[in-house]
Amino acid sequence: MSSDPHVLIRLVDVSKHYVMGGETLHALDQVSLDIRQNEYAAIIGASGSGKSTMMNIIGCLDTASNGVYELDKKNVSGLTPNELAGIRNKKIGFIFQTFNLLPRLTALQNVMQPLIYQRVSLSERRERATQVLDKVGLSSRMGHLPSELSGGQRQRVAIARALVTNPSILLADEPTGNLDSSTTADILDLFDALHHEGQTIVMVTHEPDIADRCHRQIRLFDGKIISDERNR
Amino acid sequence: MLSIWAEGLRSALQAIATNKLRSFLTSLGIIIGVASIIAVVSLVQGLEKSITSQFEGYGSNTLFIQQQRDKFGQLTGELSNHDLETLKNIEGIAAISPQTFLFEYSGLIYGSTEYSADVIGVMPEFAEMDNSYPEVGRFITNADANNRKKVVVIGDKVREELGLTRENAIGAFLRYGPHWLKVIGVLEPKGKLLGQDLDSYAYIPYTTAVSLMGYQRKPMVVFVGRVANVDHIDAVRDQVISTLRREHGLSGDDENDFSIQSSDQVLDTIGQVTSVITLVFGGIVGISLLVGGIGIMNIMLVSVTERTREIGICKALGATRADILLQFLIEAVVISMIGGLIGLALGYGLGIGIAAMIPNFPPSEVPLWAIALAIGFSTGTGVVFGILPAAKASRLDPIDALRYE
Ligand SMILES: Nc1ncnc2c1ncn2[C@@H]1O[C@H](COP(=O)(O)OP(=O)(O)O)[C@@H](O)[C@H]1O
Ligand SMILES: [Mg+2]
Repeated sequence: MSSDPHVLIRLVDVSKHYVMGGETLHALDQVSLDIRQNEYAAIIGASGSGKSTMMNIIGCLDTASNGVYELDKKNVSGLTPNELAGIRNKKIGFIFQTFNLLPRLTALQNVMQPLIYQRVSLSERRERATQVLDKVGLSSRMGHLPSELSGGQRQRVAIARALVTNPSILLADEPTGNLDSSTTADILDLFDALHHEGQTIVMVTHEPDIADRCHRQIRLFDGKIISDERNR
Repeated sequence: MLSIWAEGLRSALQAIATNKLRSFLTSLGIIIGVASIIAVVSLVQGLEKSITSQFEGYGSNTLFIQQQRDKFGQLTGELSNHDLETLKNIEGIAAISPQTFLFEYSGLIYGSTEYSADVIGVMPEFAEMDNSYPEVGRFITNADANNRKKVVVIGDKVREELGLTRENAIGAFLRYGPHWLKVIGVLEPKGKLLGQDLDSYAYIPYTTAVSLMGYQRKPMVVFVGRVANVDHIDAVRDQVISTLRREHGLSGDDENDFSIQSSDQVLDTIGQVTSVITLVFGGIVGISLLVGGIGIMNIMLVSVTERTREIGICKALGATRADILLQFLIEAVVISMIGGLIGLALGYGLGIGIAAMIPNFPPSEVPLWAIALAIGFSTGTGVVFGILPAAKASRLDPIDALRYE
């Protein structure tokens, strides 16, 4: 493989298997993949094809059974839980289908939360969180609890939370899966804008028109990459 | 670094506030434990302080010489005037004053009113040794003693019960059996100690008392002696013992027919009794704190399970194990500390209430060390019993925790 200086994520023969009742299930089967800075990539494939498994490994939420994962040219496989926590905190912004906001915290507090783990002072936390909430168009709803927000607003809070640490990469696992079509369009516009600003984005989706908005489509089938196309 | 603690505290308070009833029930064990220790300690301390302050009036240079009692409480020994005179000659004894308790007649009578005052024969020095000062009139003088005057100095309660005023008390005659005693002074009110009204005494000259009960076989006598130099108190004590043994004709292995104690010894004994009481209750309370701690652990474990997904989210956002551990530990400590503070207030109130409810009981007293101990113990309970649930939370795998339904 080339030693492209702009490669952000490199998976080499990464596998993930689960042993269930004596049978081994290959959720991810020797996947190799490079993602460069400022890419806008979609991971597509049928349900159960291994998309989330791959995203979780890239996001350092899960670890691979085999293979090598390099993030920013740093080998991530074999890091301690604390080192992985640091990477999740500083380099990765993860956006979930189910938003995963902390229910007892306001929108502002949710966005400030990752900065707590960086020991950022309260005043700076508030300032930075307010800025990103403004950027995602939610400055008027900052004091509301997640239960007081619509689905689209919740996902905006989640996006703001992912962005507040200025991560190297934004990972979104079916971010519009729980949203209606007009809200979906708004969220996708936001992703487009973020990519336009230089943000690297990897998004899981199973909707072809969403995948088409991205500049690259990686298709998984049975834990393997069966196609990898660039349309721009 | 401060932010993580402040944030942990904020999140703990929020978690507690969200589940007020549960948090209260969780800390109930701590509340009860701390409340009972504070109540008991405050009562015992109040008691000890009250007793101690009475004896402190005598000073640590005081010796109490009493007749020995058998195991039924009957007086066995005798302390005579001759003993007193001999003891007066011991070098190192600055002053020695006898006291005797009269049980001859049931009480003092003024007009048609009778009051069962305790009548005690004392010498003039008694006033200073006992902190008994007249509010009106005067105390017994040497002239009264030398002439065996039938005069009496009464406590304020005695005066009140007999229907005398401070104005008309002096010069009034009280009947004591067949005798008439002239009131020469009324003492300043002193209050109560251990159910004993300190103002219910009537003092007459010791010599008068001895002559009044001349035919009584064994009057109850106490010699209160003051040592010139407190550093020599043990030597003086030994000398008193050997003098009295010689006077009483006791040989080699005969037991003393008198007892001798310094006021420090009396205080020591009281201190020992109260610390045993405190320790016994402390043990009981320790058990209740243990039960309270297990309650906290239980609820925290439930809480960790309930909040598994939240923990997963925090881990996804970059919380380390230490961050999660700290968060749950702070929560356990805050719950138990709030319980400790509530218990402290409750126990304080309880002590005041109980002391007020028991007649003549001294006011309760919460020492600073008990407050520190209560808060320390409840905090410690939170740490000890919070660590297991917190560790469980911190070890959760992020992806498993996120998938938890
Ligand atoms: N924790 C797990 N234990 C066992 N099997 C799992 C686990 N997680 C995922 N799988 C299996 O791995 C395969 C890939 O799952 P996933 O990556 O979630 O698919 P996708 O996101 O593409 O729908 C599926 O067959 C799924 O059942
Ligand atoms: Mg999935």
